[in-house]
Amino acid sequence: MSVGRTLKPRKNYNHIGLLYILPWIIGLLIFQLYPFVSSLYYSFTDYNMVTPPKFIGLTNYKNIFLHDPDFYQSLKVTGIYVLLAVPVKLAFALFIAVLLSAKLKGIHFLRTVYYLPSILGGSVAISVLWRFLFMKEGIINSMLTKLHLGPVDWLGSPDVALYTLGLLTVWQFGSSMVLFLAGIQQIPSDLYEAGSIDGASKPRMFLKITLPLLTPIVLFNLVMQMVNAFQEFTGAFVITNGGPMKSTYLFALKLYEEAFTFFKMGYASALSWIMFVLIMAVTAIIFRTSNSWVYYEDGGDRS
Amino acid sequence: MKQQRRNARTGLNYLFLILVGLIMVYPLIWLFASSFKTNADIFGSSRLLPSTYVWDSYRLGWQGTGQYGFQDFFINTLLLVIPTVMFTVISSVIVAYGFARFNFPFKTLLFSVMIATLMLPNASVLIPRYILFNKLGWLDTYLPFIVPAAFATGAFFVYMMIQFIRGLPRDLDEAATIDGCNSFTVLTRVLLPLCKPAIFSVGLFQFMWTWNDFFNSIIYISSVKKFTVSLGLRLSLDTSSAVSWNQVLAMSVVSIVPCILLFFFTQKYFVEGISTTGLKG
Repeated sequence: MSVGRTLKPRKNYNHIGLLYILPWIIGLLIFQLYPFVSSLYYSFTDYNMVTPPKFIGLTNYKNIFLHDPDFYQSLKVTGIYVLLAVPVKLAFALFIAVLLSAKLKGIHFLRTVYYLPSILGGSVAISVLWRFLFMKEGIINSMLTKLHLGPVDWLGSPDVALYTLGLLTVWQFGSSMVLFLAGIQQIPSDLYEAGSIDGASKPRMFLKITLPLLTPIVLFNLVMQMVNAFQEFTGAFVITNGGPMKSTYLFALKLYEEAFTFFKMGYASALSWIMFVLIMAVTAIIFRTSNSWVYYEDGGDRS
Repeated sequence: MKQQRRNARTGLNYLFLILVGLIMVYPLIWLFASSFKTNADIFGSSRLLPSTYVWDSYRLGWQGTGQYGFQDFFINTLLLVIPTVMFTVISSVIVAYGFARFNFPFKTLLFSVMIATLMLPNASVLIPRYILFNKLGWLDTYLPFIVPAAFATGAFFVYMMIQFIRGLPRDLDEAATIDGCNSFTVLTRVLLPLCKPAIFSVGLFQFMWTWNDFFNSIIYISSVKKFTVSLGLRLSLDTSSAVSWNQVLAMSVVSIVPCILLFFFTQKYFVEGISTTGLKG
C-alpha cells in the first residue's frame, strides 16, 4: 500500500452512474439549459418566427418599461394575486391539517375529500365550473339573495373578479395541506405530553411546538406555491380572459398574448426574463428572511 | 368531567370538518347534478337537484359541435398521456437509480442543478422551446410532451424516485452483485419490484397533470383533429349557443370522471407521493 493512498484516499467513483443519469443530462441541456440561455438572447431581438431574429439590443426592455401600460397592469394584478392567494391558501392548509391530524374514525375519508379539488388542479372543467358558480345568475348569487345579501358581480366587476379567481386557488389547498399533515405526524408525541404536564393550553402548544417544527415545510410550501401563483394561467384565461377591464390580466396571460397571439417572440422573451428575475428576487427574499423564522432541529446551517 | 369536555371537543372538530368538507365538494356535486338540468334551471335557482331531468345532454355533448366529438378528444388524450406517463416512469427510475446508488464526479453539483430546475419557472423556457419544436417540425404533434418526458425533465419525479430508492437497503444490491448481477440487472430484478409504490405514484401524478394540462396543449396543438379533452372542452365552451350549457357541464363531468375514479382507487399513493416530496397543485 502506497503512502499516498493511505494519506489521501481516492474517492470511490463508479462512473457507470454517469451513464444512468445521462438521459437527464441530455434533457437538461436540450430542453432546459439551451432554452433558458437562448431566451435571454431572444429577449434582445425582434423575432416573429417568420423572418430571422433581428438583434435590437435593449429595445424590448425599454418598450416594456416605458411604453407598455399593460405590463404594469399585469404586474400589479399578479402581485395582488400572489400576495393574497398564497398566504390565505397556506393558512387554510395549515389550519385544516391540524384538525385532520387527529386520530378519528373516518379521518382518511375526510382527508381524501379535502385533497380532491387539488387533484383536478388547473383543469378546464374546474374553470368551467367556477364560471358557472360565480356568474351573475349563478348559484352563489341565488344563495346570497336568499340570505338577503344581494347579488355580487363576482366575475363582471373589476373590483371583485381577481378575488374570485384567488378563491379558486385557495380552494385547491390540498397538496400544501398533505405536506403539513405529514410534518405534523412526525412531531414526537412526548413533546405534547411534556407540554400538557406543564399545563400548556392547546393554542399555546400549537404556537410553541407545532408551528416552530413545521416552519421548514412552511418555507417549502411558500416558495413552491409562490412560483406556481406567479405563473397562474388557466383560470384567468378560461374564466375571465383577463377581463373585466384587465382586472385579471395576470402576467402569464400577457406573456401568452404577446407570444402566441401576436408572435412577438423577442418581446415575450424579455417579459419572461423579467418574470424570472422577479421570481428569483422574491425567492431570495424569502430565503434571506427564513433564517430568522425557520427552525431547524439540528441547529441548521446558518452560513 | 374532563372526558366529557374532550368528547365535546372531538364532536365539534368532527362537525366542523364535515361541514367544511361539504362546502369543499359542493361545487363538484353541483356540477354533476346540474349536468341533468335544463338550461333555465341551471341559472337563477339555488336548488341542487334538477326540477326536471334532462337525459340527453351527455349524448349530445359527447357528439361535439363540429366534425369531431369527444370520443376523438378522448382517444387523442390517451395517445398523448400514455406514452408521456410511460417515458416519465422509465426515465425517472433510471436517472434516480444513478443518483441514489452511485458516486461519480460532480454528483453533488448535478444534484443541486436538478433541485434548482424544480424552481425554474416554466415561462422562462417556454418560448425558445416552442421555437425549437417549431424548427424540428414537432408543432401540432404530441412529441413536445413525449420526448422531454423520455429525458427525465420532470425533476419532481426524479426527486421522488431518488428519495424512495434511498430508503431501500443497500444490502440488497450487494447481495445481488455477489450473486452475479451487474448494475443494470440489480435495477431491473431487485430494485424495480420494490419500487412499485413509487412508480405508481409517479405514474399517477404524471397522468393527472398531463390529462388536465391546458397551457401546453393550447400552445402546441392547433388542429381540432388532434385536440385533447381539455382543448375540446374549451372549444365547446366557446362555440356553445346559450341553449346547450347543460352539455358543456356534462362534458366537464366526463372530462374529470377518469381522474376522480383513479384518485379514489389509488388515493393512498397520492398522499404517499406528495408527502415524500410534495409540490405543485
